[in-house]
Amino acid sequence: MTLWWAIAAVCAGCYALKLAGLAAPRRVLDHPRVRRFAELVPVALLAALIAVQMFAEHGELRFDPARTAGLCAAVVALVLRAPFLVILATAAAVTALVRVFMG
Amino acid sequence: MEQTTHRSAAVRDGLGVGLAVGLSGLAFGAAAITAGLSVAQACVLSLLAFTGASQFALAGAVGAGGDLMAAAAGALLLGGRNTLYGLRLADLLRVRGPRRLLAAQGVIDETTAVTLAQPSPEAARVGFTTTFASLYVTWNLTTLAGALGTSFLGDPGMFGLDAVGPATFLAILWPRLAGSVQLRWLAVAGAAVALCATPFFPPGVPVLLSAVVVLAVLAR
Repeated sequence: MTLWWAIAAVCAGCYALKLAGLAAPRRVLDHPRVRRFAELVPVALLAALIAVQMFAEHGELRFDPARTAGLCAAVVALVLRAPFLVILATAAAVTALVRVFMG
Repeated sequence: MEQTTHRSAAVRDGLGVGLAVGLSGLAFGAAAITAGLSVAQACVLSLLAFTGASQFALAGAVGAGGDLMAAAAGALLLGGRNTLYGLRLADLLRVRGPRRLLAAQGVIDETTAVTLAQPSPEAARVGFTTTFASLYVTWNLTTLAGALGTSFLGDPGMFGLDAVGPATFLAILWPRLAGSVQLRWLAVAGAAVALCATPFFPPGVPVLLSAVVVLAVLAR
């Protein structure tokens, strides 16, 4: 039930954030700090999410060779300008293969 | 004549982006189940939250066994950029009343990109509507498919699905990093802060702390 509450909060909050933008007075956007903050926050947050999902498990730092290999494969796919789904499939496939070979 | 060409180009852009990006709902469905959400929970998020990065963030934090408040806060912080998109789209879309309430749900990365790329306000509105409609339908159908498929698989780790979340975030982040040295440093610093904080805070909180780095950049 608690997870459902978190989901409800995220759903309601995400909608309110979208609506706030459409309904807000124009001059808010003219503030350069607001723009800059909005540009920068996703970069820091997404990078932190990648790091935590790669190297943290249950509140502890942990190195998973298979998952790391998968992300490296995703980097190669990104450099080669592969389509979005190909990038994700590459990451999953390489992770699975490394797990198979490392037992 | 030119108007019609602009409109059909906007429809083409919208359908292309909507269908292509919508397919990544498969990845969200898979990630949500891997994190321990139910099929219904994955589908409700796609129907009502409908903003990919926030959905992945919530699922990721839940999967890490994190504090739910921190998980929700992280998802909402990521959703904050849609507010800025809304500010920019308001002038182009010019929607009022009930139509504004409906249009608001469609204010996300992809619709904004297509809308702002159009040459005229009319084409912009067509582009927004087409992208929103095609992406909404595809994203929700593929979320269901991904969630059902994954819940039949058993151990998602065996198929490397735990690497899909990080790879998704990296793919979203990549174009921004490619264009700016400052953003690359910001990303490295954000990741470092989150990892250093991991042993000392409940899961979910380290990701939020990375936003402090942004304040440091702004304060300079």
